[in-house]
Amino acid sequence: MILVWLMLILFAGGIGAWLSESRGVGVPRVIALVAVLLDLALVIFMLLAPESIGLTPVASEQGEWLVLFQADWIPRFGISFIFGADGFSLLLIALTVFLGLISLGSAWHEIKERSGFFYFNLLWTLAGVIGVFTALDLFLFFFFWEVMLIPMYFIIAIWGHENKEYAAMKFFIFTQVSGLLMLLSILMLVFLNYEATEVITFSYFDLLDNNLSGVLGMLLMLGFFIAFATKLPVVPIHNWLPDAHSQAPTAGSVILAGILLKTGAYGLIRFTVPLFPEPSMAFAPIAMTLGVVSILYTAKVAFAQNDLKRLIAYTSVSHMGFVVLGVYAWNAQALQGAVMTMLAHGFSAAALFMLAGGLQHRIHTRDMDKMGGFWGVAPKMSFMALFFTVAAVGMPGLGNFVGEFLVLLGSFQVSITTTAFAALGLVVAAVYSLIVIQKVFHGENKNNYQFDDLTFIEMACFALMMVGLLWMGLYPQSMLDMAEPTLRSLGVAFP
Amino acid sequence: MIDLLWLVPTIPVIGFLILTFSCGKLPEIPAGIIGAGSIGLSFLFAILAGVDFMSMSEAGIHSYSQTLWTWISVGSFEAGFTLYLDGVSLVMMFIITGIGFLIHVYATGYMHDDPSFARFFAYMNLFVAAMLILVLADNLLLLFMGWEGVGLCSYLLIGFWFKDPYNGYCARKAFVVTRVGDASMALGLFLLFASLGTLNIQELMVLAEEEWVVGSGIAIAVTLLLLGGAVGKSAQLPLQTWLPDAMAGPTPISALIHAATMVTAGVYLIARTHVLYELAPSVQYLVGVIGMITLIMAGFTALVQNDIKKVLAFSTVSQIGYMFLALGVGAYSSAIFHLMTHAFFKALLFLTAGSIILAMHHEQDIFKMGGLRKDLPWSHALFLIGTIALVAIFPTAGYWSKEEILASALTNEHGGYLLWLGGVAGAFMTGLYSFRLYFLVFFGKKTHDGHEVMGLHLQGPLVALAILSLIGGFIHIPVEEVFHAHAEEHHVSLFYQAIMIGLPLLGVLCAYLIFIKQKLDVEKLAGSGFGAKMHRFFFTQWGMDWLYDRVFVFPYVGLAKLNKKDFIDSIYNGTASFTRYLHSVVIETQTGQIRWYTMTMALGVLLVISIGVFA
Repeated sequence: MILVWLMLILFAGGIGAWLSESRGVGVPRVIALVAVLLDLALVIFMLLAPESIGLTPVASEQGEWLVLFQADWIPRFGISFIFGADGFSLLLIALTVFLGLISLGSAWHEIKERSGFFYFNLLWTLAGVIGVFTALDLFLFFFFWEVMLIPMYFIIAIWGHENKEYAAMKFFIFTQVSGLLMLLSILMLVFLNYEATEVITFSYFDLLDNNLSGVLGMLLMLGFFIAFATKLPVVPIHNWLPDAHSQAPTAGSVILAGILLKTGAYGLIRFTVPLFPEPSMAFAPIAMTLGVVSILYTAKVAFAQNDLKRLIAYTSVSHMGFVVLGVYAWNAQALQGAVMTMLAHGFSAAALFMLAGGLQHRIHTRDMDKMGGFWGVAPKMSFMALFFTVAAVGMPGLGNFVGEFLVLLGSFQVSITTTAFAALGLVVAAVYSLIVIQKVFHGENKNNYQFDDLTFIEMACFALMMVGLLWMGLYPQSMLDMAEPTLRSLGVAFP
Repeated sequence: MIDLLWLVPTIPVIGFLILTFSCGKLPEIPAGIIGAGSIGLSFLFAILAGVDFMSMSEAGIHSYSQTLWTWISVGSFEAGFTLYLDGVSLVMMFIITGIGFLIHVYATGYMHDDPSFARFFAYMNLFVAAMLILVLADNLLLLFMGWEGVGLCSYLLIGFWFKDPYNGYCARKAFVVTRVGDASMALGLFLLFASLGTLNIQELMVLAEEEWVVGSGIAIAVTLLLLGGAVGKSAQLPLQTWLPDAMAGPTPISALIHAATMVTAGVYLIARTHVLYELAPSVQYLVGVIGMITLIMAGFTALVQNDIKKVLAFSTVSQIGYMFLALGVGAYSSAIFHLMTHAFFKALLFLTAGSIILAMHHEQDIFKMGGLRKDLPWSHALFLIGTIALVAIFPTAGYWSKEEILASALTNEHGGYLLWLGGVAGAFMTGLYSFRLYFLVFFGKKTHDGHEVMGLHLQGPLVALAILSLIGGFIHIPVEEVFHAHAEEHHVSLFYQAIMIGLPLLGVLCAYLIFIKQKLDVEKLAGSGFGAKMHRFFFTQWGMDWLYDRVFVFPYVGLAKLNKKDFIDSIYNGTASFTRYLHSVVIETQTGQIRWYTMTMALGVLLVISIGVFA
């Protein structure tokens, strides 16, 4: 039930924020903050002291579930409410709620218009994401997949920047079309399962037992893969992302980069591969190649950008390429690496977008050619930028390194060539990252911009993410241990 | 006290944290005390650990390891925060903290009045911490962490004066070029793990000896990949191009990072994994050949530079070439020995050069110096000491280590003679270019006045380094247990001995004849057609920058610029435009005219009927 509470609090908080819109900017954001803090408290209990709130881990052949909630929804069609959280989903829920808090921090002073509706959309997106990370009924999963999309569309379309309608529509169409393919796959899978077993069910656990292979299995698998690969995203279906990220308000970019992309990776690990093991195995070389192409191609496109947010957006695609590589290498090290990359990138990308958004809020441009020498103007901001850039470059001691190293270590055992190309990603990451530091923070302040350094709220947000990345980098074992039982239950061998 | 080993890298980290989170508000004196003091304290704990270690060593225990916590453990892969101390890491630890401390003290004077004084020492402390982790790591992943960490600090410190975009360019170049090597090294790590199932260095050595055949493909592949990392960090062919540009950083950085410690990390890596290289003799010989070619090439380039720091930079490349040569002939302890003596005299030379640069108000062109021996007596004496040690004149520190290397090459049966020839030719070059520098700066016509900047924190470390450069050759490094089979004495005949002592002196003599006695008109030579070409060729590091720009940099930047708008996007936008176009076509049909509708309806009916009839 606690998972339902997590979502209900956010849904209710969102409605409350919307209703209180007429009371000025202050009230909705406080309501939103209270809702997110409540959720955060619940998550902290789930992580640190599950017994104290009456949770006992259930170990079954379907994995070790800390929480598993079942109730009927539409029994006639075999649709039910099944929510579950194991170590892997719990990590992602924690990431979601934590970055929800960060996104509130970045919206705090930025969103002044229609703030009630803004926080409504923000909280509903978060609730939708938590739904995605916990739903274990494919119909329910698809429902939440859509729930998180629509409020995000509004966030971009209403509070975005100069080209927001275009970006929002692009985001919507890409996600919707690929989601449709997944829906078709889900329905077909249920139908085939019905033919085989005479039972209509959308339950994840029941559908795991299908033994689809051949062309049909491949097609259904591709339906799932395309939906998740669009979200992740993977070249060549990544083009919604640079527009959506650069046009979204800061809080929107933080949530998009930090959390929404991870739903794609989650879907691949939880659904695509376990539901279709054989077709996935056959498809793995192609997927790994796509991952490497993503890493290198978008790194190069990123390097050429002069729009700061667009550059960071492309680097996100590049980093997600490591996740695809890790997932399809499908061994213990590679998958743990993919999980660590998801978490660490959540922090580093969110922080970088928050920095870019903060800069835009201050100087009203994202054009790096106009910037320069900001270290002299805002040393705290510059230090933070340096820290999170260095994290993104994959410096050992910070979370991103652990993720990328483990991915490469694992994928090397599967394909040496692919890994060798992926390792070039380490070099090109340095190329595009350092150019940002050079153009924005080093050099001369040609246009003589003057602005305030980070506010207290911003400092607090960055400090939290900094500690998080250091924790992941120096003591990743705490997270690896949480994800391990899940990965074992998905059939990954831990030799 | 050896159980306090963890404090040695931790204290600099604490120094870094304090200096960073003071947000530049810390005044110069406390910042200097924290910055230099933390390294001093770290040195102290290194000594305490070293004393314990030596007594353990006498009792027959030759290594000590200390596990702090498990870093990553996934399946069979495990890497911990584990420190490992043996003879080699002990020597390295002393060099890093000891020389590091002297350079930190000097830097408090050199960086006086810099607005970012605290930031400078923060980066320096972080560097020392990373370097200590590199040499104390018990597994290759932790070593890699230090490896990347020193690279980051090198980047930050080369670009320390970031207002000038040129410094930023040099910093980025250093980081990216070494990263190429790092990527290769990472692949080496993956291959080692895939093949032997661990990254613990000592276990790897044992397993490799058990499981690999001498000269097998896997041994060759692993050692080549690790060598890629080593040549990147240690600025050897073909990745040496970044080091001369790294001189854009403040001079204490050049002394600490780009002479004494970081650039020798490649030598340390190969010495540390020497068992693997012995399993791949062809790669080991390649290491020696790379060292030999690099040392000669860098010698030629040093000969034509006009920036005092660049001469020293190329001389560093050249001296590391000697260390690689030593590794190539299996003389690991000589390589580490030369690493140590080089740290003494090169740090001395760089820091004295820093004093000269300060005295000349940030002038670095040696042709604008000249005749400075009267104005700068301190710098003159110290620089001379550094130079004779560099040239390896008997009995300075440089002589003992270089002689050991050359003697080992000579007695090596597997192609060592060729390497020896290259080495002695390089020794002649060293004499020539070093004394060219010395004569041009301190002799000849005086063009500018210099004013010696004095102070205990400036001259104190220099004197200490000068003493080490003179007598450091008598220090005994306790590395026999690590490289057990390789401690035997090399006896070479008097003839060869004479050559090795004589050639550097011959180089000095040539420099004297050319630059003091003007027996050869250098400017005329460099002005003639062929001479100018050669000069240009040597000056630009044999055109390698030129080549890399054209093969890698320009195509990459060009393609990236060309595809700035991401051509894949045009497919989707094209689809959208096409749909809009179709939409506009369909709109055209909606004219509101009855006769148009009737006609199209009639045509449509006709079409359907004909399909029905003919199909």
